[in-house]
Amino acid sequence: MTLQLSDVSKSFGATTVLEAVGFEVERGTRLAIVGASGSGKSTLLRIIAGFEEPTTGSVGLEGRRLADSTTNVGAHRRGIGYVAQDGALFPHLTVRGNIAFGLRRSPSREKRVHEVMELTSLDPELLERYPHQLSGGQQQRVALARALAPAPTVILLDEPFSALDTGLRAHTREAMVAALERSGVTTILVTHDQEEALSFGHQLAVISGGRLVQAGPPSEVFDAPLSAEVAEFLGAALFLPARTTGSGQAVCAFGELDVRHDLSNGGQAVRAMLRPSQLHVGGPTGEGDARVTAARQNGSTVELDLSLHDGFALTHRVPLYDGHRFPAGCAVSVRVDGGVVLYAAAATSDRAGTR
Amino acid sequence: MLFAAAALIPLGYVMLAAFDMGWAQFAELVFRPRVGELLTNTVLLVLLGVPFTVILGVGGAWLVERTDLPARRVFAVLLVVPLTIPAFVASYGWASAIPSIHGLGGGLLVATLAYYPLVYLPALATLRGLDPALEESARSLGMNGWRVFIRVVLPQLRLAMLGGGLVVALHLLAEYGAFAFLRFETFTTAIVVAYQATFAGPNAAALGVVLAGLCFVVLVIEAAARGRLRYARVGSGTPHPASRVALGRATPFVVAALVVLVGAAAAVPLTNVARWLFATDAADWQPLLGATWQTVLLSVAGALAAIVVALPIAWISARYPGRTARALEGTYYVASSLPAIIVALALVTFTLRVIPVMYQTVATVVAAYVLIFLPRALVSVRAGIAQIPENLEEVARSLGVSPLVAKGRVTMPLLVPSLAAGAALVALGAANELTATLLLAPTGTRTVATGFWAAASAIEYAAAAPYALTLVLLSVPAVVLMFAQVKARRSG
Repeated sequence: MTLQLSDVSKSFGATTVLEAVGFEVERGTRLAIVGASGSGKSTLLRIIAGFEEPTTGSVGLEGRRLADSTTNVGAHRRGIGYVAQDGALFPHLTVRGNIAFGLRRSPSREKRVHEVMELTSLDPELLERYPHQLSGGQQQRVALARALAPAPTVILLDEPFSALDTGLRAHTREAMVAALERSGVTTILVTHDQEEALSFGHQLAVISGGRLVQAGPPSEVFDAPLSAEVAEFLGAALFLPARTTGSGQAVCAFGELDVRHDLSNGGQAVRAMLRPSQLHVGGPTGEGDARVTAARQNGSTVELDLSLHDGFALTHRVPLYDGHRFPAGCAVSVRVDGGVVLYAAAATSDRAGTR
Repeated sequence: MLFAAAALIPLGYVMLAAFDMGWAQFAELVFRPRVGELLTNTVLLVLLGVPFTVILGVGGAWLVERTDLPARRVFAVLLVVPLTIPAFVASYGWASAIPSIHGLGGGLLVATLAYYPLVYLPALATLRGLDPALEESARSLGMNGWRVFIRVVLPQLRLAMLGGGLVVALHLLAEYGAFAFLRFETFTTAIVVAYQATFAGPNAAALGVVLAGLCFVVLVIEAAARGRLRYARVGSGTPHPASRVALGRATPFVVAALVVLVGAAAAVPLTNVARWLFATDAADWQPLLGATWQTVLLSVAGALAAIVVALPIAWISARYPGRTARALEGTYYVASSLPAIIVALALVTFTLRVIPVMYQTVATVVAAYVLIFLPRALVSVRAGIAQIPENLEEVARSLGVSPLVAKGRVTMPLLVPSLAAGAALVALGAANELTATLLLAPTGTRTVATGFWAAASAIEYAAAAPYALTLVLLSVPAVVLMFAQVKARRSG
């Protein structure tokens, strides 16, 4: 076990930012913590780094107590690396100066600088450049190299890709994940980007309103979100009123569908959740399962307003070039692959947008 | 906290002086025709001087920044040149050119021409930072250039006008040399005369209390006028230059007016300094080296001390903003708004009563420079600290560096330019300081300013000329620095 958090809470005055957060991170794994702005994820990271003290609870690393009610080991004594959102490279130092910053003066220092440069796929020609002479992606990789240089036990990444352009973001993320993979260091990433969180790590934790609401392997969390809120936060989701049949199936506007996970706590009237990727809209047919009430071209997709037979309405996108035309008023077939997740019934809209 | 307490010495002096003498003696010293005359002069000077400087400052800034004025880049620089000429040197220039110039009219003329750049610079900075889209929107709503200026630009310049006007008012209240030359009596000139006659006696103290009261009135008026006024640019927009108002047929008149203004404010004093320089002989230049050396030593010591005092206050203010920080900073600004003559009187009284060995020592002069010029250091250092992201230190700590070493290896190197700029502004201000230096410097000390004053007040104009030239040259770097900061503000 590398890192342990137990019942960590944090308040600023009367405002509680974190409430009884606890989890464990295995050595060498990557954990992504995802949450909306203001959910407390950055505060959590700052507590682990040692920049903030927890109000209650404890933080431990490799069996060593870092913070609790009586202890608070300084950030500089924790052996935890930190990569800030903007990289936070020291502007008065070159790339070499930045990477060597946390290394003791010794003959092996230069060797280590070159090692982490290679690890993070940075061109040695950049060594004498100053931060303002680097691209955004290079800056973030230098920041990672700098954090990796002293060989920390854990690396913390605070939304390191959010300041980058969309194209650069994916490329930098891949390069950084590859570097972290090669280094084998335990890593925690906080982000508000669901895709980033789902693709980053071995583990995913969802934080909301200062509470850890779900944690587990990303596919498991995505597949069976413990609440409708988590389901919506992790990606587009379609909720339909449904009722259970008692034989592992649920009946909704799409007909009778298999139940993947039943989180409704019993009761017949429930809500069924499915992902838009599970829906397949076929070409116009005679009767069909739904009627197209409007169709709008939106780049390489067509956005269809569909009305199901029982009056349930939804918006769904289909590829522009899938061989079908969808004039308004036509009937279409709708197929649902995979099962649904059931939640307790709640007031829902009769119209939903899916992507 | 110790520094904050030290900053309160001048304020404490004013209160103690009033308390010490009791109401009867205070009333006897204050309620007399002589004080009424000084009050009338001083109040008239402020009431007329501030609007004049605001009109010239804002008008000049608008002309160079928002009209198609020919050679506007040249005028932008020329309009700031008077700031390189200390007011008492300008006064010397005018008095030596027109010996009959004196009184309120003379004082107003010289002070307005010397101080309008204090409004011009903030107005220029505001205009450069103003979103041109606001003016474009107003034009698209059918307003002509003049109405756009009145209804859109001028309201946005209010903070600059109030801030600049406040600085001018405080300068007018504090100025000694310029008015003494022109035989125009204000509270400050009267306090120096009283001090010279009766040392730090009750008369000087009573006048000091009234002068400090006037400063507070000015501060309160400015604060009330400012209220909670804040203007911020809304939205990022695309930066682009503002469109300029065509001056049309008025162009030659505007150019002529600006030439007259720059001529009166800069050319008259400078040509008279030059005229007297030609009349100098070797003996006039001889004491200059020693005076310059003493000036450099005193002003550098003042600058370093001011930076040492400013650093912790600026740090608290920038990193831990809150009531304590605001109270601490406010204490300094209020203390620094007191005229140099009050600071000097306070330090004379304080050293004589509490630590007599400090009386008329270099340390006391340095302390006075810190109290007078601290805001220059504070503004610079605080801005510098605020520009350094806090997370740089956090990252340094995550790399195994202790908080103190992180400050030394990361923050301090980045702060050096701001420290240097703040120190330069204090040093250059101290180098031109006359009033407090006259009262506090150890016997035998001669700075460039006091050397100039000794010669000029003895009507030895030629002997004063080398000092005047040196004072102008010493002011140039500070003005260049201030102008560069304004120019650095991008439009948009």
